[in-house]
Amino acid sequence: MADHRDGGTNSPDPVIAMANICKSFNNNVVLDSVDFELLRGEVHVLAGGNGAGKSTLMKILQGVYSMDSGSIEINGQRVNIGSIHGARAAGIGMVFQEFSLVPTLSVARNVFLGNERRSSLGFLDDGDSVERTRAVFADMGVDIDPTITMGNLGTAYWQLTEIAKAIAQDAKVLILDEPTASLAKDEVDALFALVRRLTDNGISVIYISHRMDEIFRIGDRITVLRDGQRVQTSPIADLTAADVVHAIVGRKVESAFEWKPRSVDRSGAPLLEVRHLNVGTRVRDVSFTAHRGEIIGLAGLMGAGRTELARALFGIDHIDSGDVLIRGERVHLTNSGNAIAAGVALIPEDRRDQGLVLEHSVRDNLLLTLLGRFRRGPLLNDRKGSAIAAELIDKLSVKTASQKLAVGRLSGGNQQKVVIGKWLGADPDILIMDEPTAGVDIGTKTEIVERIRALGDLGKVVIVISSELPELLAVADRVIVLRSGAIDRTIERADIADEHALQLAIQGVAP
Amino acid sequence: MTDLSIGQTATRPVGRVSALLRRAGADWRQYVIYIGFAAIFVIFALTLNDKGFLQSNNLLNIPRQASVVAVAAVAMTFVIASAEIDLSVGSLAGLAGIAAAFGSHHGGLVMAILAALGVGLLVGTINGLLVTIVKIPSFLVTLSMLWMIRGFGQWRTSAKGQPIAAAAFKTIFGSNSMRIVWLVVFAVIGTIVLNKTRAGRFVLATGGNRTAAEFSGISTKRVKFWVFVASSVCAAFAGMILAANLNNTGKYEYGNGLELSVIAAVILGGTSLFGGKGSVPGTIFGALFVQLIGNGLLLTGLESSQLDIIKGGIIVVAVALRRERKGVR
Repeated sequence: MADHRDGGTNSPDPVIAMANICKSFNNNVVLDSVDFELLRGEVHVLAGGNGAGKSTLMKILQGVYSMDSGSIEINGQRVNIGSIHGARAAGIGMVFQEFSLVPTLSVARNVFLGNERRSSLGFLDDGDSVERTRAVFADMGVDIDPTITMGNLGTAYWQLTEIAKAIAQDAKVLILDEPTASLAKDEVDALFALVRRLTDNGISVIYISHRMDEIFRIGDRITVLRDGQRVQTSPIADLTAADVVHAIVGRKVESAFEWKPRSVDRSGAPLLEVRHLNVGTRVRDVSFTAHRGEIIGLAGLMGAGRTELARALFGIDHIDSGDVLIRGERVHLTNSGNAIAAGVALIPEDRRDQGLVLEHSVRDNLLLTLLGRFRRGPLLNDRKGSAIAAELIDKLSVKTASQKLAVGRLSGGNQQKVVIGKWLGADPDILIMDEPTAGVDIGTKTEIVERIRALGDLGKVVIVISSELPELLAVADRVIVLRSGAIDRTIERADIADEHALQLAIQGVAP
Repeated sequence: MTDLSIGQTATRPVGRVSALLRRAGADWRQYVIYIGFAAIFVIFALTLNDKGFLQSNNLLNIPRQASVVAVAAVAMTFVIASAEIDLSVGSLAGLAGIAAAFGSHHGGLVMAILAALGVGLLVGTINGLLVTIVKIPSFLVTLSMLWMIRGFGQWRTSAKGQPIAAAAFKTIFGSNSMRIVWLVVFAVIGTIVLNKTRAGRFVLATGGNRTAAEFSGISTKRVKFWVFVASSVCAAFAGMILAANLNNTGKYEYGNGLELSVIAAVILGGTSLFGGKGSVPGTIFGALFVQLIGNGLLLTGLESSQLDIIKGGIIVVAVALRRERKGVR
């Protein structure tokens, strides 16, 4: 296997053959007769947009979901994968994105967790597992002390330990899901060298990634899914980046969201000015300005620094250097209280964790940011609070039986409306939204898109982070593309032809 | 994941030297209980020699008196390492003594033991099922169980002590030498199970990161169930030592407050209150440490009320030295 790019040097026998896989959730077809074949020793890239069905397909392979119909063959034998255990027994190892390691145990104990080495008396043989772990790491070409406690190691080492764990359990297939998202460049190089070593030893790798440069660096073949269907499987060497983007995006004749050009007056002083901002290693020398009424789209790959930039502007992440000016005045964003006082609001990415108190009522969640507004003396004025809540519920058309319903019982879309409502009530001048349309239904997406436009029309600055490009293109006046924490380019919306063009810009393959 | 990576991403083992240094640094805090035990022992030996501290009988009294707490605390180590808690052990120890008395009237020594352990098995099963199947937090399950057991024991005995009608019972569980034997037996078994068997590893994994344990093929429900059964059976065993030692009599209130001493011993011994880390030898020394302080201070002529204040203070200091704080690893 001298030339991995060739794609034809692999032995022809498939390790995994999934055929006609169908899966629906509540009448919503997620996978529609998908075929997927993995050859021995290949790196098979699985690509597709959000909701294309990649993760569902992989969860079926891992035994997390059961398929509605279809068949799975492993080494030519039909198998029935009923559980995580079953998948492991069949030799399928997953490198979990959310790591499956125990921080309080040593590296070696983690590598053999659930699969402990035992002496002839039945007692655990930690010496043996340390030796074997050392051997696995030596094979992998990495240097980690197996006796060190997991919690003392950094992220990159967790990932390597995950891989070692799969290998120690004799996995023949590894699923790597966006493995480079949290890695530095030299760590990515080491990971890719490792992947090559593994495939040379006959292990097959399913590699899920959105990054074109990585796909072309590491992949042998690629399968692209779109809207639950397989649209392409071919050797990577036969394709260009434009081909892949095209296959992922498809030729959508009509977008659900139409861009309505807006006029923004950029003649006066900007409302927000960011100068040479540095935040750790994730945001580097970022400068931009935003005028009243402007909607800015922040685009980039996972780990490009979008969320970190947003968190820094909201005073959560520590700003190492650079200035933030609001209304021409320099502000010190040392905590979220400062940021709110300066008129900045952040609607976070993970609304269940960071945006809402799920057990509390819709009303209490809406009023959390504005408790100061309806006080009577030291006490809260209930009637006034209810009136404010009712107004917000009405304005955002939140579908809830009552103000008093626990917010956790609403649908995802309605929860998101409550998060937005929570900040609308506070009336910020600068509103940052991190993935505002993630996990909400199409109807709510449309409403959110309109709400963002309305906020712009009110003269606010709205910064929208979204991986869902149609939405981003529908609302943004300008798109800032981040790459490795720095601004790669800033494009006027009018200069972006379509989603395809923006995707190429994000991938850095456009001229 | 997020919670772990913050502040850790920068930690990279530059080489073996720094790794060793860091481990040594982490280590002295883990061994606080042993260091503390040795330090206090030396202080008492130097200052209380004329009061008889170093006489062999006085020294042997320390493990003897610690045996009840130590036996229950061995199992509590597993409970806490799996990120749960069992508050019912004190009441249960009291009820086990009553059960032994009841059994002794129906079949002598053997029935006395079986009845006591049977009560433990029953309570542990109920606790385990309520936590794993009904999914009530263990704090609430075992807190309710504490009251129910105590009330039941008081009601069925009209609050009177119940003599155990088997003289051998007192010898087996209450004699000076056997109390030390039981302490050693439980310490050895507990240490082996926690460090040398899959069961022990599963407990640590379950407490350290339940999701990760599940993804590693461990049934964390089963782990938690058995941990509660073990805790109750050991608490019942501790109850037999307690009853044998108190005139060979079982009484509902004998175990009152025992659960707190047991939990204190476990935490002092280095087991993480947040789960995932545990040490049985540490627990044993935790139990001995509390007894050592009590023993020494009593010799100085302090009253037991003053003693409690000092004990509480020393526990806070010991745990603070260990830096067991939420979110700090």
